[in-house]
Order: sequence, then structure tokens, then C-alpha cells
Amino acid sequence: MNLNAAAAELENNPQTAAGRTVYVYEAPVRLWHWLNALCILVLACSGYLIASPLSSTPGEASDHFLMGYIRFAHFAAAYLFAVAFLVRIYWAVVGNHNARELFYLPVTDAKWWAGLVRELRWYLFLEKQPYKYVGHNPMGHLFMFLFVTVAAVLMICTGFALYGEGAGLGSWQDRLFGWVIPLLGGSQATHSWHHLGMWGIVSFVILHVYAAVREDIMSRQTMINTMISGHRTFRD
Amino acid sequence: MTETFYDVLRRQGISRRSFLKFCSLTATSLGLGAAAAPRIAHAMETKPRTPVIWLEGLECTCCSESFIRSAHPLTKDVVLSMLSLDYHVTLMAAAGHQAEKQLDEIKKKYKGNYILAVEGNPPLNEDGMYCIEAGRPFIEILKETAADAKAVIAWGACASWGCVQAAKPNPTRATPIDKVISGKPIIKVPGCPPIAEVMTAVVTYMLTFDRLPELDRQGRPKMFYGQRIHDKCYRRPHFDAGQFVEAWDDDAARKGHCLYKMGCKGPTTYNACSTVRWNDGVSFPIQSGHGCIGCSEDGFWDKGSFYDRVTDIKQFGIEANADKVGGTAAAAAGAVVVAHAALTALKKAKKSDSAETVTGDK
Ligand code: HEM
Ligand code: HEM
Repeated sequence: MNLNAAAAELENNPQTAAGRTVYVYEAPVRLWHWLNALCILVLACSGYLIASPLSSTPGEASDHFLMGYIRFAHFAAAYLFAVAFLVRIYWAVVGNHNARELFYLPVTDAKWWAGLVRELRWYLFLEKQPYKYVGHNPMGHLFMFLFVTVAAVLMICTGFALYGEGAGLGSWQDRLFGWVIPLLGGSQATHSWHHLGMWGIVSFVILHVYAAVREDIMSRQTMINTMISGHRTFRD
Repeated sequence: MTETFYDVLRRQGISRRSFLKFCSLTATSLGLGAAAAPRIAHAMETKPRTPVIWLEGLECTCCSESFIRSAHPLTKDVVLSMLSLDYHVTLMAAAGHQAEKQLDEIKKKYKGNYILAVEGNPPLNEDGMYCIEAGRPFIEILKETAADAKAVIAWGACASWGCVQAAKPNPTRATPIDKVISGKPIIKVPGCPPIAEVMTAVVTYMLTFDRLPELDRQGRPKMFYGQRIHDKCYRRPHFDAGQFVEAWDDDAARKGHCLYKMGCKGPTTYNACSTVRWNDGVSFPIQSGHGCIGCSEDGFWDKGSFYDRVTDIKQFGIEANADKVGGTAAAAAGAVVVAHAALTALKKAKKSDSAETVTGDK
């Protein structure tokens, strides 16, 4: 199938016909989405403060536990984030087609590439309208795969490796993830990668939230509401 | 006749009482408990003496200097009696051809049975010509001596990771010894230099038990490199409380608060300084008011400033750390969003303008 044929098929997909409403994101996917967003908010703020602490507390050390609480917030959110990610993987296996999208890129599908080109041109103001999609648009899909799925794996591997340093040699965190530290060239380098990962995710969130709001207004289908109710309505 | 360690010690004039004291001291410093002392004594009385050959490549002799300053005089006497009999360029009595002959003899007589301790590392560029010993490149001597050794000790950051002579751009291609020696058990005792007590304990363990102590993933003895400086730092309560030194001359510095913000590498450095300390257990860098520089970590010269918490990442240019690189990316994303939103609004306004004209016409 060449790109033109793929484009024609995308345009005339009966599933996305005007006025139709489809059930896209099942409850666990939606719940995970918002829980994950919350975890990332807490992780990014607390993580930043771990690397660049607030100004010092006055008085006796025994009167305060500020870094302790910030690190606790980070680790609590980190565990939630990691467990939620595992549950999300489980749901990709048992859930519907759209629950699986986050974990692969359909690079062999001409329709996906046609959609990606169209989406890029749409964002460069070269197209009057984007295509309609039941699940993710290809550009969103690409970014979500890189900056959510791949980044989550990076953050979990480096994060638990760093956690294992405190938990000690032989702890399960150390046994499962300790190999990451020599691989990246030491503890300091692992901190740097973990830190860069945060900025990657933060950059994604800025673009993602903008795209979600913009598409909600500009595109031919519902967006934000779809991540709340699970249903998507095609407008034209 | 096979000589035991005990025979050697007695010959050196060490009394039985001192010998037993040494055994219990060693057992404790290795964290083995009181029950291990008789086992150490027994091993030293019965096992044939294992010679140690100590080679020095590209290095500054700080490892040897540290080693001979082992705090407890007893340890010093005993361990030195065990070692100096053999081959150690700075400590042995022999010199010149005589010394080299001795080296050859030990290698022949104890083939496969001696321990090789290496201080410094071999430079590989120009066929190893940057480090010549007894008229030959060090790399040749090292490989030859390692081939017949039972086990190899890598002393210090040089032998373990490369240290300053291997820092970028590493003109002589100084190379850690585990990259050039294969098929032999190698134990890394990093640090610049390593702590004296750690060195003597490692040697004693290997000589008495005839095996390597338990090692971590990177080949370091767990008993001394199993925890970070940060994990056992006496200033840790100030870290947890969020009380930091913000400038070298501020009040917090005088009060001895945490040096995290001054770039202390304690949180990323595995070593025993915060427990064993230095110079007879007197002090260690953090206790003297300066952050840890991470001298026992792989490539510590190339890991950015000793005084930054978020250190530079060289791949992104000279002065770029994770916050500068990432913050720039996030700011760029933000700028793109703002510009894109503005353009979108502009286009929409134009479109509704023309739409209004159409309605107006109706
Ligand atoms: C989206 C996910 C995450 C973000 C954005 C994030 C962010 C950060 C940042 C910015 C730092 C400071 C890095 C530095 O020292 O320069 C940090 C430290 C750390 N993070 Fe995360 N992190 C995430 C996930 C995790 C996970 C899943 C774990 C696993 C337990 C984890 C464990 C840690 C640990 C142990 C530290 C070091 C704390 C210390 O040195 O006291 N993080 N994180
Ligand atoms: C930390 C912040 C966020 C992250 C990491 C994130 C991540 C994601 C991911 C991974 C998906 C795909 C879900 C899946 O296939 O399983 C998604 C979809 C979506 N997100 Fe977010 N999100 C975040 C915040 C938000 C916010 C604040 C909004 C709303 C303004 C939002 C709106 C959406 C929408 C509408 C979709 C559905 C896209 C579609 O229908 O194709 N997200 N998000």
C-alpha cells in the first residue's frame, strides 16, 4: 500500500464517520493516565528539589526533616508510578486495541506513516484539517512511546538503581537494577541520566498538554473528554 | 622446607603475644567477629607463606605511602614483615640487577602461587614506551608477572580505573590493569590513595584465607566499598534536615552542616572514609570541612567539577549540566507552544473574519 492509498483509506474510514461515537479508552487506561500524570508532577517537583535543595532550615538538625520528607515524597510517588506502569502493561495485554498502542510503534504500516506526515503538515499549518483517529494520532503516538513508555523504563531503571544504593547491597532494588550503575559509568552519571530523563518528560508534558487542548478545540474529534469518559465523538 | 607466615613473623622478632593480638585485630577490622581470630592464627601457623610481588607502573606512590602508614603499629610490623621480604621497588633493600634477579627467582620458585599487587597502570601508546622499568616497557613486565600469579590486587584509582593519567585526553593511553590482564582473579581497591587499614586488611585476608574477600559488581571488596560515604557520614542528619553549607565562609560551614550544595561527592562515592577515617582514625575530608571529591569512583577526574552538585556532562559541551541541557529543551518546548498557539489563534481569527464576511453577504 503506498502513502496515497493509505491516506485515502484514512480519510474514508467508516469507523470515524461524522457523528459517530466510539468507546476508546477503558476505565483502567483512563485511571492510569491521570494517576500517572499526578505521579509525574510529584516526581518532577520533588526530584528537582533533591538535586537543588531549598534554602537551609534554621536551628537544630533534630527539629527538621525537610530533605527526608522531600525524598519520601519522591520515593512514595516513584513506587506508585512503577506499580501503575506494571498494571498498565498488564492491561495492554488484556485490554482493547487502544490499550496496546502505547507499547509499540506500527512502523510497518503505511497508514501510520501517511498519518504522521499529515499530522506534521497540520502542525506546520500546511493542511486545513487533520485526519480523524479512533486511538492516538501518529505524532502523539510517537511522542507518547518515546517520552512516556521508553522514558518510564529509563526512569524506573535508573531510579531503582539509585534507590538500591541507599537500600544497600543485596537489597532487591540492588539485585534487580544495580547493574545499571556501572553500565552508565558510575553513580554520578546515573544521577545525571535520571535528571536528564526528568527534563525529557517535562518537555513532553508541555507539548502534550498543549496538543491535547489545541486538538480539543481545533480537531474533528473530542480529545480531553475522551480521556475522562472513554468515549470519542467525531464531529464532521 | 616450606616456611609459614608464623615462622617469618617469629624470625622478624614478633612475639607470640603480638601475633595473637594481630589476629584478633584483623578479625575485627574485617568485620569477621571474635571467632575468626583463632582461624586466622591457625591459617598463619600452618599455611606456607604466600609471597607478594608489588609492581609500580604510572603512579605517584601515594598508595605505598598510605600503606606504610597503617595506623596500628602492630599491623604495620606484621604486614610489612609479610611483604617487604619479596619485591617492592620502594621498600625492598635490593636494587638494580640484584632486585630484578630476585623478582625472577620468586616468579620461578612460586609459579602460580604468589600474589601480584599493582600500584599504577600501564600506558599502552607507543608500545608502552611512556613507562620503562629495568629497560623494558611496564606493560610487558606486568603481563609476564600476572601470567604466573595466583591473584592480582589493583591498588588505588590508577590500577582500578585509570585515575589522573587516564583522564581525558589520556595522551599515553594509560589503561586500568583489568583491561590488560585476563584469566586472573582481580580485586580492586580504589581510592587516591586507598585507606591504609583497608589495604592491610585486604592483604591479610588474602594471605590468611587464601582467597579473595567477597567482591561487588565492580570487583571491589564489599566489606569496605559496600556503602557510600553519605550512608555513614556524621553530617547526614543535617542533610536529612535540609541544613546546608551555602558558601565556604558561612555560619553553616562553621557549624559543620552538610556539604551537599558545595558539590560533596559523598552521595555518589563508595568508600570507607566516613567509618574508618584517615591518619589513625583522626579525620576525613568532610570532617575537615571540605566535600568528598569522589576519588575512589571510576573516572572521577572527568566527572565535572568537585564543587557542583549537578555536574557538567561533557558530551553536551564544556559547561552544560543536566539542568542547563534539560532546562533549555523545556524552555524551547514552552516557546514552541506559545508561538504555535499564537499562530493558531491568528489563523483562526483570519478564518472567522472571512466567515463573517460571508455571513454578512447573506
Ligand atoms: C517520571 C519519573 C521520575 C522523575 C521525573 C524523577 C526525577 C528525579 C530527579 C530530577 C532527581 C534528582 C537527580 C539528581 O540527583 O540530579 C531524582 C533523584 C532520585 N530519584 Fe527520581 N525521578 C523519577 C522516577 C523515579 C523512580 C521510579 C525512582 C525509583 C525508586 C526514583 C528514585 C530516585 C532516587 C533514589 C533519587 C536519588 C535521591 C537522592 O540522591 O537522595 N525516581 N529523581
Ligand atoms: C504528566 C502529565 C501527562 C502525561 C505523562 C500524559 C500521558 C499520556 C499518555 C501516555 C496518553 C496515552 C494513553 C494510552 O494510550 O494509554 C495520553 C493520552 C491523552 N492525554 Fe495525557 N498525559 C498527561 C497529562 C495530560 C493532561 C494534563 C491532559 C489534559 C489536558 C491530557 C490529555 C490527554 C488526552 C486527551 C489523551 C488522549 C489522546 C488521544 O485520544 O489520542 N494529558 N496522555
